[in-house]
Amino acid sequence: MTLVDSPPAEAATQGTRVARRAFLVRELGIGLALVLLIAVTYAVNPRFLSAQNIKDLLLGSTILAILAVGQAVVVITRNVDLSAGSVLGLSAFATGAVFVAAPGLPIPLMLVIGTALGAVLGAVNGGLIAAAKVPALVVTLGTLYMFRGLDYTWATSRQINAADMPPAFLRMGTETVLGVPVLALFAVAVLVAVGYYLRHYRGGRELYAIGSDPAAARLSGIPGGRRVFAAFVASGALAGLAGVLHAARFGTIDANAGLGIELNVVAAVVVGGVAIFGGSGSVYGAALGAVLLTTIRAALPVLGVNPFWQDAAVGALILASIGLDRALSARVGRSLREGKAHG
Amino acid sequence: MAERIAPVRRVLGSWDVIVLLAVVAVATVGAFTIEGVASPRFWRFVALEALPIALIALPMTLVVITGEIDLSVASVLGLTCTVMGQLWVSGVTSLPLLIALCLLLGAVLGAVNGLFVTGFGLPSLAVTIGTLALYRGLAYVVLGDRAVANYPREWTSSAIAPIPGTTIPWMILVLAALAVVFAVVLHATPVGRALYAMGNNAEAARFAGVNVRLTKFWLFVATGTMSALAGVFWTLRFASARADNGSGLELAVVAAVLLGGVSIFGGRGALLGVLAAVALLGVLRNALQLAYVPANTLTVITGALLIASVVGPNVAGMLRERLRRRRSTAPTATPTT
Repeated sequence: MTLVDSPPAEAATQGTRVARRAFLVRELGIGLALVLLIAVTYAVNPRFLSAQNIKDLLLGSTILAILAVGQAVVVITRNVDLSAGSVLGLSAFATGAVFVAAPGLPIPLMLVIGTALGAVLGAVNGGLIAAAKVPALVVTLGTLYMFRGLDYTWATSRQINAADMPPAFLRMGTETVLGVPVLALFAVAVLVAVGYYLRHYRGGRELYAIGSDPAAARLSGIPGGRRVFAAFVASGALAGLAGVLHAARFGTIDANAGLGIELNVVAAVVVGGVAIFGGSGSVYGAALGAVLLTTIRAALPVLGVNPFWQDAAVGALILASIGLDRALSARVGRSLREGKAHG
Repeated sequence: MAERIAPVRRVLGSWDVIVLLAVVAVATVGAFTIEGVASPRFWRFVALEALPIALIALPMTLVVITGEIDLSVASVLGLTCTVMGQLWVSGVTSLPLLIALCLLLGAVLGAVNGLFVTGFGLPSLAVTIGTLALYRGLAYVVLGDRAVANYPREWTSSAIAPIPGTTIPWMILVLAALAVVFAVVLHATPVGRALYAMGNNAEAARFAGVNVRLTKFWLFVATGTMSALAGVFWTLRFASARADNGSGLELAVVAAVLLGGVSIFGGRGALLGVLAAVALLGVLRNALQLAYVPANTLTVITGALLIASVVGPNVAGMLRERLRRRRSTAPTATPTT
C-alpha cells in the first residue's frame, strides 16, 4: 500500500495512515474476539485454561496456522492455493515412508526434506499459473486431485504407525518448552519470518502491489510472474513443513492426512482479514484466524453448546468477518478519497 | 489476460465438441476393451452417479459465466437431505409436500447466498465458503450423526425407476427437460446474453441496462433450488438422509463446469460442454472401475484433465499469437500485449 514515499502524497499519507489503522483495528478485532471467547469460556469452566488444554489448543492451531500463513501469501497476490491439504498429505506420508526406509535420519534433515517436497509441488502450481497464465483456482483444484491421487497410489491403503517412526521425532510432537509446545514454536518462527519479509522487503511489498492491481504492478516493472511463482513455492513449502509436523503430532499416517482442510485454511485466512481479492491483510491476521477457528471448535463443547453446532458457528464467523471487512474497507476508501480531494 | 482471449476463443469455439467426442471415444474404446461397458447396466450406473452432479452443474454454469461461484452447493444438498429426513420422521408423509418444502428450503438457502453477494457486495468465493461451513453445520444440527433410512419402498424405487423398456433412470428425462430450459435461457434469450455480458464486464453490463445484482441474486436462488432437488434425489436414491451426504461434491461440480470449457473469470462457456464434461467424468470413472483401475488413479486423471483443459487452450493460444506476430511484418493494428 505504501510502495511510494514520494512527496506529492502528503494528503494521501494521511489517508494511508487511516488505512493502516483500519487494518490494525481489523487484527486487533480478531485478537479481541479471541480474548473474549477465551474469557467467557474460562468463566464457564476454568479448566479451559489448564496447562494441558492450552497446550492442546496451541497444538491444534499449529498446523492450520502454518497453512494459513502460506495461503495468505498466495491470497495477497489475488490467487488461491486449494492444493495445500493434498501437499500436506503427501508430505506427511513421505515423512513416514522416509523414516521407515531410514530410521536413523536426523530430524532437521527430515524437516528440510518435507519442506523441499512441498516447495517442488508448489513450484508445479506456480509454474503452471505463471508460465501458462491459467487461473490459480483451476490449477490448484486440479493439483488438489492429482497430489491426493498420488498420495493414495503411493500409500495403497497402507498405514504408517507410530512404531515405525523414531521416538525422538514423536517426542517433538508432544514436547513443550516452558509450557509452549515445540510445534507451536515452529509456527511462530514461520509467522515472524514471513510477516517480516512481507512488511519490510521489496519482494514482499510487491506481492501486495500485484494483488491490489495486477496491471498497474506490471506497468511499474514488477516481475509479476516470478513473484506469483515464488508465492506458490512458499505456500507449497509451508504445506510441506506442516505435513512433517502433522506426522510428528499424530504419529499415525495414512493417505487421508489433511483431507478437505483446504477450505478451512481459506476460511482462516478470510476470518483473519486477508481480502480474498488480494492486496491487503497480513499473515499475522491469518494466523490469528487459524487460532480463533481452532479455539471456537474447542470452546463450544465447554460452553455447553451441542458440538454439532461447530461448523455452523465457523460458517457464521466467516460471513461476519467478510461483512466486517467490507464495512471497514468502505470506510478506508472514503477517507482515502477525501485525502485525495484535499490534496 | 484480455488480449489473449481472442485467439483462444477460436480454439475454444469447438471445445464443447472436443469434450463430446472424448465421451464417445472413451465409451467406444471402453466398450471394446473393458468387459461390461457395453452392457445397459453400466449406463444405468453412469446415469445415476452423474445425475446429482449434472443437476447442480446446470445453474452453476450460469453462475460461473457471470463471474461468480457457489461453493455451498454440496452443503445445500446435505442440509436438504437432513431436513427431508427430519420432516419424514416427524410425520410429513406426503412426498409432493416433502419435495416442495425441500425445494423451498433450497431456494431460501440460495437467496441467503445471493443476498450476501449482491446485497452486501461481498465476493461470492468467500461468502459461499462461509455458507459451505454454515449449511453443512446446520445439517449436523438437524440430524447429528443419525441417519433416517426408513422411507417407503415405493418412493425409493420410483426415484431410480428406469424408463420403461430401458435401463436408463427416468430422472434423466427430468434432467434433460431442465437442461433444455437452462440452455434456452443461456443461449437464446436476452437474459442469457446479459449473463455473458456481466461476466465479461459487469460495469459495462450495468451501463447497458442490465440489472446485474438482481440477475445474480436469482441465479443463486436457482442454484440453491437445483442443489435441493439433487438432495431429494440423493436421499431417495441411497434411501438415507445423513448430514454428510454429498460432502465434497462442490469440487466435483466445479471441476465438471471448468472442464466443460467455462472460464473461471466468467463471460465464456456453454452448457453443452459442461454436460459433456459431466458425462466424460462419469463414464471414465465407471469404466476404469470396471477395468479394476484403482480409484486413486482416477483422482489423478480428473486433476490432470482439469489442468489440461485450461493449460492446453492457453498454450495453443500463446503459440498461435507468437506465430502470428512473427509472420506479421507491419506493426500496424496488432493489439499490443
